[in-house]
Amino acid sequence: MKKISRNHILTFAFLLVFIVLLILAQSFLNPYYKRILNLCAIYSIFAVTFNLVFGYTGQFSLGHAGFAAIGAYISALLTLSPEQKAVNFFLQPILPVLENLQLPFFPTLIISGLGAALVGALIAWPALRLRGDYLAIATLGFSEIIRVLLVNMQRVTNGALGLKGIPGHTNLLWSWGWLIVCLFVTKRLVDSSYGRAMKAVRDDEVAAEALGVNLFKHKMMAFLVSCFFVGVAGGLLANLISTIDPKVFQFFLAYQIVGITVMGGMGSLTGSVIAACLYTIFLEALRPIESQFTIGSLTIPGIPGMRMVLFSIILLLVILFYRKGLMGNSEFTWDGLINFFNKRKKKPTGYSSGGTQS
Amino acid sequence: MTILLKLEAVTKRFGGLTAVNKFSTEIHAGELCALIGPNGSGKTTIFNVITGIYTPTEGQVLLGGEDVSGKRPDLITGMGIARTFQNIRLFKGLNVLENVIVGKHLRLQSDPLSSVLHLPKYQNEEKEMREQGLVLLESLGLDHFAYDEPTSLPYGQQRKLEIARALATNPRLLLLDEPAAGMSPTDAEGLMKFILHILDYFDLTIFLIEHQMRVVMGICPRIIVIDHGEKIAEGSPEMIQNDQHVIEAYLGVSDHA
Amino acid sequence: MTIESFLQNLSNGISLGALYALISIGYTMVYGILRLINFAHGDLVMLGAYFAFYGVAMFVLPWWLAFPLAILFTTLIGIVIEKAAYKPLREFPRINLFAAAVAVAFLLENLAIVIFGGRPKAFARPAFLDQLLKIGNISFVSYTPVIIITTIVLCTVLILIISRTKAGIAMRALSKDIETTGLMGVDTNRIIMFAFMLGSALAAAGGILWAIKFPQINPLMGVMPGLKAFIAAVLGGIGNVWGAMIGGLLLGVVEIMLVAFFPQLAGYRDAFAYTILIVLLLFRPNGIMGEVQAEKV
Repeated sequence: MKKISRNHILTFAFLLVFIVLLILAQSFLNPYYKRILNLCAIYSIFAVTFNLVFGYTGQFSLGHAGFAAIGAYISALLTLSPEQKAVNFFLQPILPVLENLQLPFFPTLIISGLGAALVGALIAWPALRLRGDYLAIATLGFSEIIRVLLVNMQRVTNGALGLKGIPGHTNLLWSWGWLIVCLFVTKRLVDSSYGRAMKAVRDDEVAAEALGVNLFKHKMMAFLVSCFFVGVAGGLLANLISTIDPKVFQFFLAYQIVGITVMGGMGSLTGSVIAACLYTIFLEALRPIESQFTIGSLTIPGIPGMRMVLFSIILLLVILFYRKGLMGNSEFTWDGLINFFNKRKKKPTGYSSGGTQS
Repeated sequence: MTILLKLEAVTKRFGGLTAVNKFSTEIHAGELCALIGPNGSGKTTIFNVITGIYTPTEGQVLLGGEDVSGKRPDLITGMGIARTFQNIRLFKGLNVLENVIVGKHLRLQSDPLSSVLHLPKYQNEEKEMREQGLVLLESLGLDHFAYDEPTSLPYGQQRKLEIARALATNPRLLLLDEPAAGMSPTDAEGLMKFILHILDYFDLTIFLIEHQMRVVMGICPRIIVIDHGEKIAEGSPEMIQNDQHVIEAYLGVSDHA
Repeated sequence: MTIESFLQNLSNGISLGALYALISIGYTMVYGILRLINFAHGDLVMLGAYFAFYGVAMFVLPWWLAFPLAILFTTLIGIVIEKAAYKPLREFPRINLFAAAVAVAFLLENLAIVIFGGRPKAFARPAFLDQLLKIGNISFVSYTPVIIITTIVLCTVLILIISRTKAGIAMRALSKDIETTGLMGVDTNRIIMFAFMLGSALAAAGGILWAIKFPQINPLMGVMPGLKAFIAAVLGGIGNVWGAMIGGLLLGVVEIMLVAFFPQLAGYRDAFAYTILIVLLLFRPNGIMGEVQAEKV
C-alpha cells in the first residue's frame, strides 16, 4: 500500500512540474517550436488510440485520416466566427444552421470527438459484426469517402477550397492536456477487466468467445474510444494549423500512424508517445533533404518525398526484424525507473566488492 | 437424475459433407460422460455445435430445457457451458492468473466507465476476481505459476490451465476436447484422476472427447461412440467393449487384441 | 436516355468493370490463401503502368515489347514482395502481416513519388488504340473493345491454369485448408509464390490497360482502383476467382450507370463503392458467389 502511494505522489509531482513546464513553454518558446511540440502531442494521441485498437485488441483500422477530418471540420465550423465564415463561403453560402453558430473551444472538442465516434460506430457496426479483417478496408475506404464528401458538400465544408482563418485556440496546454487525458483513459481501460478481455480477443478470438467474452462489444468499445480521441485530436489540429482542406486528410496519415505505433511497440502506450514525438521531430529535422540546399559552391537539389521513403524503409525493417519496436509491450513505471537507477548504482559496487574478496 | 444437456437429432452439414448426422443424446447432471470415436468422426463438430461455434443444420441443443442452438458462443458460456480446445488455446499476452480471470469477465457488473474511473464497486469486483482466480489456481495446484507466462508452463500444466480457465466461468457443464491429447499414458492417467477430482470438487457435469478408448475405460461410467457422424453405441465401458459395431467401426475389424 | 447512349455507357462500364476484375483476382487469391488484405496490390497496378510508360517513352520500345516487359518486371516485384516482406511473417500473428502489407504499400507509393516524380504523366496510347469507331450511332474509342477482349483472354487463361494445372489445383486446395494441403506433400511456399505471380501479372496488365483508358498516370493512381477491386472481390465472395471477375464487372457497370442515370451524383461516384461494401457486409457478408466459410477450431 505504501508503495502505491509513493508512486501516486511521484505521478502527481511529475504532472505538476510538467504543467508548469508547459505554461513556461507556452509563454516563452518561439512559435515554430511550439508548433512542433503541439504536433508531437497530436500525433501521440493518434498513435495511442491506434495502439488501443491494434496493439491491445488486435483489430486493424485505417480510418485515422477520416476521423481526424471529421473532428477537424466540426471544430473548425464551431469555432469560426460568423464574419470569417462569410469570408470563407463566397462561392456558395454556408448552411443557415451553421452560419451563426460559435462555441467555446472545450465543447467543440467534445463534439468533435463524439461526432467522430458516431460515424465510427456506423462504419464499424457492419464491419466488426463479421470478420474483423474487413474493418481495415471499411475504414480505409471510409477515409477516402470522407474526402469525396468534404469536396462535394460545399455548403458545409466549403469544398476543395477548405476553411481558412480558424481561430487557433490550440496551445500546449490544450494539446498535451488532451494527450494526458487520452493516456489516462486508455491505460486505465487496457488494465481493467475490459482491457483483459480485449487482449484475450487479440490473442485468440475463438477462445475468448468460448470464455464468455462478447467479441463485437469489446472490439467496438476499443474502436469507439479510439475514434473519440482521434476526433478530438483532429479538432486540435484544425485549431493549430488554422487552415484545413480535404487534402490535409489523405489516407497517408493512417499509414504513418501504423508506422509510428509499430515502431513504438504494439501494446506499449509509452512507446507510442515516444515514437510519435521522435517521428514529428525527425520529420521536421529532415526537412532540408527535400529542399534544395548548398554546400559551398555546390547546389544539391532536394528530393521531395525522400523523408517518407526513409520512414517506410525503416518501418518495414522494424516489422521484419525487430517486431518489438522501441518498447515491446512494456510501459514506463516509476518502479521500473527506480530499479533502473538502483541497478546502475549497484552493478559497479557489486563488481568491486567481488574484486576485494578474491 | 435430471437431464442437463439434451441433443435432439442434431445434424451439421458443410456444403455436401455431413459431419454429424441426427445425433441425439442426454447428459445427466453430475455425470462424467465420454464421447469417443476415430479421427474425423465428428466429435469436435458436436462440441462446436453445443458451444455455439456452429449452428446446427437441423435439430436442437437444450441446456436445462432451454434451447441454446444457434446462440452466440459467449451467451452459451454465460448460460453455463464451458469448454477447452483440442489444440491448446491460451492467451499468450496474459499471465496465468489473467488467463483465468478473463473467464470471470462475463460476470462483471461494473460498466466500462466506472472501471476506468476505478470506482469502489469496480475496485472491489476486480479484487474479488483476482482472489477467486488465485483460489481456483490453488485448488488445481497451479498457484505458484500465477504470474508466469502461460507458454512457459510445461505441456501438462498448460492443459490444466485451460481447464482452470474454463472453470472460472462457473459452468454447470464442462466440455473437454481431448484433454489428454499428446500426453504419455502415465500423464494421461494422472490427468484423468485430476478430472475426477474436479468433477467432485466443483460439483460439475463433464462431457469429454477422447479418441484413445483405453484412457476413458477406467473412469467414465458412460461412453458414447460415434463414427462417420452417427452414434453407433452408448453405454457402460463393458457394453462398449463388447459391442460388435464398435469393434468393427472403431477398433477396426482385425484389431481384436 | 436513348438506347445509343445507354449502350455507350454500358460498353464504358464493362471496360471499367473488366479492369476491376483483373485487379481483384490478385486480391481474392491472396486473401483466399493467406487471409491477408494485400494493401500493396493496388500499387502493382501503378508500377505496371509506369513500367510500360518508361518502356515506350524512355527506351523507345514498341508497345508489343514494352507491355509484356512491364508485366514481367511487375510480376518480379510482386514475387520479391512476397518473399521478402510476407513470407518471413507467416508464422506470426496475422496483425504483423497486415502491418507489413501497409508498410510495403507505403514504401512503393513513396518510392514512386521520389523516382517517377509526383506530377502526373501523360501516357501515350499506341495509335491503333486511339481510333474513334462507330457502330450505328454508338461511337467509342478502339481501346474499349481491346480492353474487354484482353480481359476475357487473360481470365480464360487464368481459369485454365487454376482448373487444369497441378499448381492451380493445389492453389485452390490451399485456400480451403493450408495446413492439410501442406501435409499432403504440396510445397505451400511455391504455390503461394505462384498465386502472387499470377495476381501481380494480372495487376500489371490491369495497370497498363487502366493507363490506356485513363491516360494520366501518377504514383497514387493504384490506390483507388485497388480499394475498389478489393470491394469487388468481397462482392463476388472473397477467395473465389469467378466471384472476383463477376464482382469487378458488376461494380464497373453499376458505377458508370449510376452516374449516367443520376448525373447530379457524379461527384460522389467514388463513395458509391464503399456504400455497396457496407450494405453488402450487412446483408450478404459472403458475397454473391461466396459460400459460408467456417473457421477451423
